[in-house]
Amino acid sequence: MLSLLWLVPAFPLAGFLVLTLLGGRRLTHAATTWIGVGSVGLSALLTMLIGVEFLAVPPAGSVFVQTLWTWMNVGKLNLAVAFRLDSLSLTMIFVVTFVGFLIHLYSAEHMAEDEAYNRFFACMNLFVAAMLVLVLADNLALLYLGWEGVGLCSFLLIGFWYREEANCRAARKAFLVTRVGDTAFAIGLFLLYTDLGTLQIQPLLQGAAAKWGVGSGIAVAAAALLLAGAVGKSAQLPLQVWLPDAMAGPTPVSALIHAATMVTAGVYLIARMNAIFALAPAVMAVTAAIGTATLLLAGMSALVQRDIKRVLAYSTMSQVGYMFLALGAGAWSAAIFHFWTHAFFKALLFLGAGVVITAMEEDHDIFHMGGLRSRMPLAFWTFLIGAASLSALPLVTAGFYSKDKILWDVFSSPRGGAVLWAAGVAGALLTALYTFRVVFRVFFGAPSSRVTESSPLKQPGLRIAIPLLVLAVFSIGAGFVELPGTLGNIPAFSNFLMGSLPPLLVSGMPGNEVILQIVAAAAVLLGLALAYVVFLRRPDWSAKLAQSPAGDTLGKFLFSGWGFDWAYERLFIHPYVRLSQLNKADVFDRLMDRLVARPYAALARFNRNDFFDRFVGWIAEFNAAVARALRTLQSGYVRWYAAGIVMGAIILIASAVLR
Amino acid sequence: MAQVPVEHGLILAAMLFALGLVGVLARRNLIFILLSLEVMLNAAGLAFVVAGSRWLQPDGQILFLFILAAAAAEVSIGLALVLLFQRRHPSLSVDDASGMRG
Repeated sequence: MLSLLWLVPAFPLAGFLVLTLLGGRRLTHAATTWIGVGSVGLSALLTMLIGVEFLAVPPAGSVFVQTLWTWMNVGKLNLAVAFRLDSLSLTMIFVVTFVGFLIHLYSAEHMAEDEAYNRFFACMNLFVAAMLVLVLADNLALLYLGWEGVGLCSFLLIGFWYREEANCRAARKAFLVTRVGDTAFAIGLFLLYTDLGTLQIQPLLQGAAAKWGVGSGIAVAAAALLLAGAVGKSAQLPLQVWLPDAMAGPTPVSALIHAATMVTAGVYLIARMNAIFALAPAVMAVTAAIGTATLLLAGMSALVQRDIKRVLAYSTMSQVGYMFLALGAGAWSAAIFHFWTHAFFKALLFLGAGVVITAMEEDHDIFHMGGLRSRMPLAFWTFLIGAASLSALPLVTAGFYSKDKILWDVFSSPRGGAVLWAAGVAGALLTALYTFRVVFRVFFGAPSSRVTESSPLKQPGLRIAIPLLVLAVFSIGAGFVELPGTLGNIPAFSNFLMGSLPPLLVSGMPGNEVILQIVAAAAVLLGLALAYVVFLRRPDWSAKLAQSPAGDTLGKFLFSGWGFDWAYERLFIHPYVRLSQLNKADVFDRLMDRLVARPYAALARFNRNDFFDRFVGWIAEFNAAVARALRTLQSGYVRWYAAGIVMGAIILIASAVLR
Repeated sequence: MAQVPVEHGLILAAMLFALGLVGVLARRNLIFILLSLEVMLNAAGLAFVVAGSRWLQPDGQILFLFILAAAAAEVSIGLALVLLFQRRHPSLSVDDASGMRG
C-alpha cells in the first residue's frame, strides 16, 4: 500500500489535467463535479489507507522513501522526484487531502452557479497536487516546485473573479509580497547547496549539524533566509499584508489555501528544517518574536474588522503566529499539533462564513447581519463549535489542547519563557474576544432589516452540510489525540511525530502546569465574557467607544492592519511610481542615446563610403581574378592535360635528379 | 652471343618513349594517340627487359608480361571509347571533345 504513495499527488494532478484539457464546454456540470471532487476524494481515501498501514506496520525507521525518477543530473547536482513519507509528512498529507476533500465537496454546491465552475475545480485540484508535492518532497528543489505551485494557484484563485479589478489587485499583491519571501528562500537554497553540496533534506540536515557550529555565521544566514521564505508564505510580520486582501477569492479558496494548508507551509518548512534552525539560536529567537508580534497585532486588527472573512483572515495570521511562537521556542510538535487542529476549525469557520454570506446575498459585513441563530441552525451550531475551538474553550475543544500545549511548551522551554507565555495568554484573550464578537454580531441580537427582508434565507444543502458536520466533529475531537500532563498525560500525537521531529528541550525549572492552564483558561473565559458584555448586552458601550475621538483613531489604525499597507505604499510603491514618472522624460533612453546610439551613428557616418564593404569587395575581386586565371588551365583539350602531366613529371624527376 | 651494352638498350627505350610521347601530344586522331600510348608502354617494357638482362634477373621480363596484360586491357577499353566517341562526333579528333572547357 505504501508503494502507492505516488498516486496521492497524482490523482489531483490528473484531475487538473483532465479538467483543463477537456475544458468547460466538453464536460457536463456533473462530470466536472465528479472529476474535481472525486480526484481529491480518491487521494484522501488512499492517504487514509496509507496512514492505517503506516501506523499498523511502520516501515523501517518509520520512514518510507519512494523514488520515482531522476529529475535532473548535472555535475554533482543529482535530483530525483522522490517522496518521503514520515510521521510529519503523513500528518500534512492527511490534513491536505481530508480537509481538501471536504472543501471540494462543499464547493460543489457553493460554486455550482458560477460560470467558471470548471476552471475553479481545475485550479483547486492543481493546488492540492502542488501542496502534496510540497509536503512529500524528499529534496528542497522539489519542495520549492510545490512551494511555487501553491503560490501560483493562490494567485489564480484569489483573482478567480478577474472581471473586478480589486480582485486582480489582491491577487497581484499576494503574488508579489510572497515573492519577496520566495526569493530569500531561493537564495537560501543556493547557500545550502554551495556549502553542503546537496539538496536532499536528510543528508542536508546531517551535513549541517556535522559541519556548522552552533551560532556560526553561515547557519544563521541559512536559517534567516529560510525564515524569510516561511514568513512570506505564512503571512507573518512584516510580509503579512497580502492575506487580508486575499479574501477577495471565493470562500472555499480562503478555507483551503488561506487558512488550512498553504499559509501553514512556512510552519512545515521550519519544522522540516529544524536541525538548521537549532544551529541558529538567534534566528529561533527572531522566529518566536515574529510569531508573538503577529499574533498580538493580527488579533487586535481582527477586533475591529467589519468583513467577516477579514476577521477570519486576521485570526489565521494570529493562529499561525502561535505556530511560529512554538517553532521559535523549539516546540516543533506543538506547532504541528496546532496546525492540525487549526486546519479543521478554521476551515469550518470559513465554510460556515461562506454559508452565511450566501444567505446574505454576498454581503460580508457583520453589522448587516444579526439574529441568524434560529434562522440558520446548522450554520449557527457548526460556526459556534468552530469559534469555540478557535477561542480554545477549555477542556471540550481541540483548539484548547493545541494552544495549551504551545503555551506550556513555550513556558518550559529555555528558548521561551514567561514573557512569551504571557503574550500568548494575552493573545488567547484577544482571540476569544474577536471570535465571539463575530458570533454575537452574526447569530445573536435582533435580526437586522437585511435578514428579515431577504427571507427565506438560502439554506445549505447536503453537500455543504456534510463538510460542516465532519469538520465540527474534528474541531472538537482532533485535540484528544494529545492530552497534557495534568489531564491524563497521553502525548500520542507528539510521540507519533517523534520519528521526524526532535523533542522539546525543557529547562531546569518547570512551572506549575495546572496554575498556568487555569490562568490561560481564565483569560479565554474572560475574553468570552467581555465579548458577551460589550457586543451583546451593552452594544452601546462599544459604539460609544468607537465614536470617541481616540477610539475612532485607534479603530481606524487597527482596521487598516496597523498601517502596514500605508507604510509600504510610501516606502516602496510611491518611490517606485515617482521614479517611473521621473523617467517619463526618458532619462535612461537619453543616456542610452548618448552612450550607444550616437557613437554608433558616428561610426556609420565614417563608413558612409562603405569602407568595410569595399574591403570585403576587394577580397572577392581578388578571388575572382585568381579564378579567371586558373580557368584558362581548364582548356578542355586532352593533349594539353597530357602535356601538363609530362611537365609535372619532368619537374619531379628533375628535382629528384638534380638535387 | 654478344652482349648488347645496357646503355644502348636504354637509349633505344628512351627514344621510343620520346617518340610515343610526341605522338600523344601532337596527334589529334584518337587511334593514333592510342598507338602512341602503346609505343610508350613498350618503351617502358623494353627498359625493364634491358635492366633485367643487365642484372641477370628474370623480374624485368615478368614485369613486361604484366605490362602486356595491362596494355591489352587498356586497348580494349580504349577502342570501345573510340567507338562511342565516333558515334557522338563526326570526326576522331580529340580537340572536338572540349565541352568541359572552363
